[in-house]
Amino acid sequence: MSFSPSAILRFVALGIVAVLGLSACGGDDGPSDDDLAQAVDTYAEGVHASYEASLASAVAMDDAIDAFIADPTDGNLQAAKDAWLAARDDYGPTEAFRFYGGPIDDEETGTEGLINAWPLDEAYIDYVEGDAGAGIINDPGSFPNIDADLLVSLNEEGGEANVSTGWHAIEFLLWGQDLSTDGPGNRPVSDYTTADNADRRGTYLAVASDLLLVHLTELVDAWAPGADNYRAEFESVETDEALRRIITGIGELSRGELAGERMNVAYSERSQEDEHSCFSDNTTADIVGNAKGIDMVLRGAYPGGVSGTSILDLVDKADGDLAEQLTGEITVSLDAVEAIPAPFDQHLIDGVSDDDPGRMAVLTGIEALEDQTDTIVSAAEALGITINVS
Amino acid sequence: MTSRAAAVLVTLALLGVACGGGGSALDANLGGATTRLDASQNSFGLPAPQLTNEERRIFERGDSFFTQNWVTAPASTDARDGLGPTFNAQSCSSCHIRDGRGSPPDPTGERARLGLLLRLSIPGADPVTGAPLPDPNYGGQLQDRSILSVPAEGRVVVTYETVTGTYGDGTTYELRAPTYTIADLAFGPLADDILVSPRLASQVIGMGLLEAIPDDDLLALADPDDEDGDGISGRPNMVWDQRLEGPAIGRFGWKANVPTVEQQVAGAFHGDIGITSVLQPQENCPSVQVDCAAAPDGGTPAELTDDRLGTVTFYNRTLSVPAMRDTDTDAVQDGAELFTEIGCASCHTTTHTTGPSDVATLADQTIHPYTDLLLHDMGPGLADGRPDFDASGSEWRTPPLWGLGLIDDVNGARFLLHDGRARTIAEAILWHGGEGESSREAFRMLSADERDALLAFLEAL
Repeated sequence: MSFSPSAILRFVALGIVAVLGLSACGGDDGPSDDDLAQAVDTYAEGVHASYEASLASAVAMDDAIDAFIADPTDGNLQAAKDAWLAARDDYGPTEAFRFYGGPIDDEETGTEGLINAWPLDEAYIDYVEGDAGAGIINDPGSFPNIDADLLVSLNEEGGEANVSTGWHAIEFLLWGQDLSTDGPGNRPVSDYTTADNADRRGTYLAVASDLLLVHLTELVDAWAPGADNYRAEFESVETDEALRRIITGIGELSRGELAGERMNVAYSERSQEDEHSCFSDNTTADIVGNAKGIDMVLRGAYPGGVSGTSILDLVDKADGDLAEQLTGEITVSLDAVEAIPAPFDQHLIDGVSDDDPGRMAVLTGIEALEDQTDTIVSAAEALGITINVS
Repeated sequence: MTSRAAAVLVTLALLGVACGGGGSALDANLGGATTRLDASQNSFGLPAPQLTNEERRIFERGDSFFTQNWVTAPASTDARDGLGPTFNAQSCSSCHIRDGRGSPPDPTGERARLGLLLRLSIPGADPVTGAPLPDPNYGGQLQDRSILSVPAEGRVVVTYETVTGTYGDGTTYELRAPTYTIADLAFGPLADDILVSPRLASQVIGMGLLEAIPDDDLLALADPDDEDGDGISGRPNMVWDQRLEGPAIGRFGWKANVPTVEQQVAGAFHGDIGITSVLQPQENCPSVQVDCAAAPDGGTPAELTDDRLGTVTFYNRTLSVPAMRDTDTDAVQDGAELFTEIGCASCHTTTHTTGPSDVATLADQTIHPYTDLLLHDMGPGLADGRPDFDASGSEWRTPPLWGLGLIDDVNGARFLLHDGRARTIAEAILWHGGEGESSREAFRMLSADERDALLAFLEAL
């Protein structure tokens, strides 16, 4: 594990490795230039299809939310919640397209913070347990009009990811705070009929949902074929650079974000609501969605039937054993996170033993994701690409 | 300077031969074993590569509390509530974006930028600790934001005046000299004799390594009375260590006013985000700020538990240092020689060796932070006029230079010096005065090729 000598050598020789790496592995011929280009095409087409699928189910959610606001009944509230849950399933896999400065998290124009900011500053939006008058909704004096311009400007005030828009703002306005020990939040429908500022609450919900559609549409457009957009730039860079971005995205999601931030931190902190979808108790499904995103990119099988030369195909041509290992590991990790019992927050409660089957399942998932990340880094190396992931 | 230029030409001609063999080969591993080969947008945010898996998981927890926003109390996510009531930022990463550097306010107002804050004090020092004394109504720092039910303290306004100068070869340059005013003061005027110091958020790489440099090594570099007559009289800032309850060498902050990473983290959580901890247990609400004092807090005895203070501290100690790039190019090697020849390395000390550490990967490392961590008088142009422990109003700590060339890659902008007034590395050099004046003059008189070489070296860090 001595770092220094080999590191200097590798640093100097990086360019050479990039050229030679493909033919240097075993007796395999390695992927051809056509293979590499086709894998990049598959990815670009798959990203577009994934965001289209996410937008389609978000539009269905927006329709359900509009129907609920027009006619606030228990049945319509439940329908809106169901539509939110269904839409989350399509968004989760798209998080595999983060972490390389693409459209979702570009330094200047990225919308990740507007779409998926966490944790939610719920008292900035609406009343919370212990502060009945909190939030923009309950302050018509300071915020006479709730509209898209207001929410976007308040976000910009933060200079970075803020907390008043996106999936979790909508989730909070549908479910309310999760004050139970074993179920999700239970916001009464009267919040949208007879409660103080009920109309303003409905307006906030509608505006937040509309904004989410705007931001998802921007992502669909950024990846649309045949346009002057990010995809055109992505398809014009060197294949190595495109592959570096693709694999960095899944590597970073696998370890730093999913195994680390979303699972290990929640597991270790033992704070019951320190989970991503704390209002709806949808966190287990969120985690599965992320893991599916990694699987989807590696196998080259995307929504809408998009498929083609995959990253695993490339790895297989460079190093068949490594491809087999990685295929096995992504199967194990997906099975492991799917085996985590819902709701996730039951495994975070202070006092639950580490031997509890739920906690053991979370830890098994973390370890499976950690293991596969090391293999993802090795797979990149087999393709002549150095990636670093946290 | 002509002979200098000639020497460079010779060097350029010989380098093809020289760089393979003898000479002073540059060590790309600026952070020893914590170095990572990465020049991407994420290059400041990676864990040291040799952390154990157990350490990696502690790092991830610290990362989470460094990176994610804090929220208004009370909140469902009760591990992360207690923001403010007044604050500058909602998270560490709001200003240290991707563990990098902040930006001063955009004078055009086109883009919200976070990363500059104003320290406030009145003349005098705490009789026990020696710390600066806070303004009675605004405290030790201007918090320009607040939660919904509480007023913010005021707003920083920066204006710049252009100062022109000329290099020795006749090329002109422009610097921008800032003026700070505070608008919308919510609690009446500041103290008549108020002292104000602007401070920009720096990249946070390599902090654990700087902490592990033995005291004696820093003291050996000090020359407070300039006995060697080189015009440079570095001295340590002896500050108050809250854990030792006694004096210690300051290492962190623009004036080296904090002795340890832990105290830096706790101080920033408190001053910048409004998060209390065992080291900063009181909310930052001067008595006149009644709404601030009445706002709900995020938990007792502290909003940041001891365990979480520990993980965020660990995170800051164990971020990797990006490897130097282009060490084999002629320009970078020439620039490295010039860096020493014109005296930059007298304060920006190239090499240290860390001592023992409880984290294996931080111990006994040969590192190249390009700092002596000591205070130097930088002249009236950079002076803030606000003493901070032993530091006078014109003394600043030599900042580390590692990562300098990657700031733009990580943050999409690069503003240098303590308040971000410098828009380029050259501007930052040209602001050097006081003990840095002779090196600045030497830089100013270099040929264009030599300046380019020096800057190429600095960009490679």
